[in-house]
Amino acid sequence: MLSLKNISVKYGSFAAVHGLNIEVKEGEIVVLLGSNGAGKSTTFRAISGLNKPAEGEILFEGKSLNKVSADKIVQLGIGQCPEGRKLFPAMSVQENLRMGAFVHRRKKDEIKKSLQHVYQLFPILHDKKDDAAGSLSGGQQQMLAIGRALMSKPKLMLLDEPSVGLAPLIVEQMFEVIQQINREGTTILLAEQNANAALKIADKGYVFESGSIVLQGTSQELFANDEVRKAYIGA
Amino acid sequence: MSKVQRIAILVLILLAIIFPIISQNDYFIHVMTLSFIWMIGVYGLNLLAGYTGYLSLAHAGFFAIGAYSLGLLTVKAEMNFWPALLLSLVITGVIGFFVGLISLRTKEHFFAIYTLCVGYIIYLVIDKWDSLTEGVRGLIGIPAPANIGPLSFETLQSHYYLVLFFLLLVVLIMYRIVHSLSGRTYIAIRNSEDLAQTIGISTMKNKLTVFVISTVIAGLSGALYASFVRFIGPDIGSIAIVFDFLTYLLVGGIGTLSGPIVGTILIVVLSQRLQFLQDYRMLVFGPVLTLLIIFYPRGIVGAVVSWTQKRKASVHQPIIRAKKLPEEQVKEG
Repeated sequence: MLSLKNISVKYGSFAAVHGLNIEVKEGEIVVLLGSNGAGKSTTFRAISGLNKPAEGEILFEGKSLNKVSADKIVQLGIGQCPEGRKLFPAMSVQENLRMGAFVHRRKKDEIKKSLQHVYQLFPILHDKKDDAAGSLSGGQQQMLAIGRALMSKPKLMLLDEPSVGLAPLIVEQMFEVIQQINREGTTILLAEQNANAALKIADKGYVFESGSIVLQGTSQELFANDEVRKAYIGA
Repeated sequence: MSKVQRIAILVLILLAIIFPIISQNDYFIHVMTLSFIWMIGVYGLNLLAGYTGYLSLAHAGFFAIGAYSLGLLTVKAEMNFWPALLLSLVITGVIGFFVGLISLRTKEHFFAIYTLCVGYIIYLVIDKWDSLTEGVRGLIGIPAPANIGPLSFETLQSHYYLVLFFLLLVVLIMYRIVHSLSGRTYIAIRNSEDLAQTIGISTMKNKLTVFVISTVIAGLSGALYASFVRFIGPDIGSIAIVFDFLTYLLVGGIGTLSGPIVGTILIVVLSQRLQFLQDYRMLVFGPVLTLLIIFYPRGIVGAVVSWTQKRKASVHQPIIRAKKLPEEQVKEG
């Protein structure tokens, strides 16, 4: 569904990531593991079109994304939930969700259905639908960010560190929901530092270190790998 | 809109309508009409700077383009006022489109500096292109708006109502834009352009649309000014005018719907009151403006809004607290 072929992304002359090869098949959950600054977010920015790759090619359903602008990429079916729960803090929860359906803005009925769907996944958002997004707790903001990404009905959803700064109990809930979204037919590419939680739900993973992939394999393989255990699971 | 707001707006409109009847003082009516014209221009600036986050300092230039288009079309081409007004808006919009196309490639302070230069270039063109604009001599004898059937706009009072009509129209348009998906799209762009793009908003297309709308409104303000004052010189495109606009906007509240009205009225009335101080008035305005920006970055209206929100929040707080507590414990635990 999505493949990155030999991708490098540069900020000025500095290559934030280089020589990336990533394959995501339809229906999978794929996780990118790595510490801060390893290049996970940059990879996401490249896929969503915010930073164009300096080298290599990104293919989505067989089409090259290299020359497609970020807003068109959303229309093609790649939804992004950016890192740090970026919301529109002054808008209400429901307005945030509606903004997520921007690419479907003409289809009012579909938006209603999507709203219902998001509220089913996250009932708390329904309770708070008229509250300002900025007034929500960290976990709720993350739910809203995921919900907003869902509103564009993506075929592939990019989730950048959904667990960051959340309590363990909330993290668990979050990953359950991600799994459910995946079962309902959305392919998921996930960036995480929380390898333990992520590998439990993922099909396969890539391990990033200073801008390139140093290890890849199925979740079981990575879970059993000593280095991964040492670096990310702490056991 | 709450009921209180509705009533307040109705009262304000009524006050504006009866003002020339109670006042009878031509000077006050003149000042009010001018304020309304400024307000229209400030609304143009507000849509772009306040809601979309792009501070354009070229708006005095577009104000002047609107004024000069109307002036030249009516004086030199001897067109009827109304088609000339329409055409001057089109001219402003077309120039706005091309300026936007280039300037919107820059951001933040680069955008401000770039548009400042554009504004100055517009001023220079008007000042130096003697054969077209009459240069420093200015354009004299711009006619009052032509009659519409039995309606004539020769008297000061009738002109006042005409400008008031356009102001209300602009406010209505602004209200509709801000409370529509387009308005939220612009706010999203102000919030974060990257984020706006990742939900599928074409930022360039939207920014350009706002830029053109906002220049057309500035042009409308300029055209009304030209037909009201009947004389225009290159000074109306000078940098000082755009900073006047900006002061009105900042004092009233940037990114608020009523900010342009509040700020303009307040500053215009104050500067009339403080006229005995001559240019030393600026010694008063400067520090007050600085303090205002430090403590109330969203102006008077912004301060009032956040104050009422806080008050509401404190009334409801016990309930929210009770709901929130268990979750906070979970978070800490």
